[in-house]
Amino acid sequence: MQLSQFVGMYLAESWATLYMVLISSTISYAIGIPLGVILVATEQGGIAPCRIVHGILGFITNIFRTIPFLILLVMVLPLTKLLVGTTLGPRAIIPPLIIASAPYIARMVESSLKEVDAGVIEAAKSMGASNWQIIRMVLLPEARPSLYVGAAICITTILSYSAMAGFVGGGGLGAIALNYGYYRYQTDVMLIAVAVLILIVQLIQEFWMRLAKETDKRVS
Amino acid sequence: MEEGYIIRLINMGKTFRTDSGELVALDDINLDIREGAVQGIIGLSGAGKSTLVRCINYLEIPTSGKVLFEGRSLGEMSRKEVREARRRMGMIFQQFNLLEQRNLLRNVTFPLEIAGVPKREAKERAEELLQLVGLSERSGNYPSQLSGGQKQRVAIARALATRPKVLLCDEATSALDPKTTEQILSLLRRINEELKVTIIVITHQMSVIEAICDEVAIIDHSHIAESGPVSEIFHAPRTEIGRRLILGEGNRNLDFANGRKLRIVFDGRKAREPVISDLVLSCKIPVNILFANTRQVEDEAVGQMIVELPDSGEEAEKVCAYLRSKGITFEEVK
Repeated sequence: MQLSQFVGMYLAESWATLYMVLISSTISYAIGIPLGVILVATEQGGIAPCRIVHGILGFITNIFRTIPFLILLVMVLPLTKLLVGTTLGPRAIIPPLIIASAPYIARMVESSLKEVDAGVIEAAKSMGASNWQIIRMVLLPEARPSLYVGAAICITTILSYSAMAGFVGGGGLGAIALNYGYYRYQTDVMLIAVAVLILIVQLIQEFWMRLAKETDKRVS
Repeated sequence: MEEGYIIRLINMGKTFRTDSGELVALDDINLDIREGAVQGIIGLSGAGKSTLVRCINYLEIPTSGKVLFEGRSLGEMSRKEVREARRRMGMIFQQFNLLEQRNLLRNVTFPLEIAGVPKREAKERAEELLQLVGLSERSGNYPSQLSGGQKQRVAIARALATRPKVLLCDEATSALDPKTTEQILSLLRRINEELKVTIIVITHQMSVIEAICDEVAIIDHSHIAESGPVSEIFHAPRTEIGRRLILGEGNRNLDFANGRKLRIVFDGRKAREPVISDLVLSCKIPVNILFANTRQVEDEAVGQMIVELPDSGEEAEKVCAYLRSKGITFEEVK
């Protein structure tokens, strides 16, 4: 293979990785944030305590977080086929990525929201705020820096999950590493793929950590 | 609204259900709070005073009895009506509870946003209030850039944003140093006088009650032990807990004195008379002064003193007779 072909392959698969991570992170957060909010709101001492809802949601998120991603990937293949019409390529990895990461994100959001001082929530209540107003105007904005830190961790995790896509023909940088390094013993090709993955992780980490720091008003 | 009472607590009780059984926080509380007054509620920690103030705005829902606000029972209101009633009752806290991610201006506009006040109007109102508390130049700062006293002033501005009729203060000065406490208390007094806001002060410090309250209720073991005008309770506490709170630290350090002790109270007039000198000169009996202080209570100089009586019962009786003849309030303390 020519050098230009290699470069082209890395670019294409990097794009495939970013595509998978971006789409699944967005959808996972769209599911994970409301889930995390409900977990916090319904817990004992929360703004809308409800043991049953809290228990059921907590149980479901725990189940999905317990299943190893590789097994989950295979388990949901029929569902994947139904949702995106194929079980091959980057698109096919998105449904299992979402199923695995949304509960993870929900727990992350839950722990960020729990950091918000109960006294501040009480103050909002004393001003006549409704639960919805407390969520929208107190919980989420006050937890914002912590949510960004959580995003750095969650998106990195999604990226590492996406690298396993190679096993089901999912494509991406992980697939390069697997196909060349594992099946063909071309260690150098694998190492470059790993290096690119590390670079992407660093960029994601840096971006969100910096955003968290910039937006946090607690440090003068 | 009856007889000018803005808040009435009628046979109010609160029992918490915990894993280890029932916990009675408040039992049979009856208290009428006059509109425009500064009402103090004092008690030792754990007496139930924080629960009491939270029952007034229904942050805690009483398990028995009634809370009347402007003549209407909060228990009979819908959730929406309760939230609207809360907007007419501001609240400040020991830990200030400001929104850390909002600047001062947006902290003060916060209750107005909740109430759906248009942005511009909210901003104008917030600026006016920051002016009132003397922080208008710092409206773009964040809470983490302020001292404790400044944070409490922002919290006061925020609590007043919706033009409440009542301001609930839950240990509002307990996290502040004495000098800052004084400033916050005089700000509260000013708010009471100028804006005619009824203020309810929860505290464990008698000095706070003396500084700004007109009326006081002493709460002990979930009950109101006694209540009435501050000067009356100060002169003649009827209960053990009242005496303990009024004497404060002064009493606890007197274990070295073994004899009988008298607590002598001076009102504004008698504080200027040399009572003890006269007593010693006319009775020819020495008394040992163990503790004394003078404070200002409602614009009057008020003092108290603890003296040790002579061992002889006859001489002690002579001292008491002298004090009685001069119309001086005193009582024996243990």
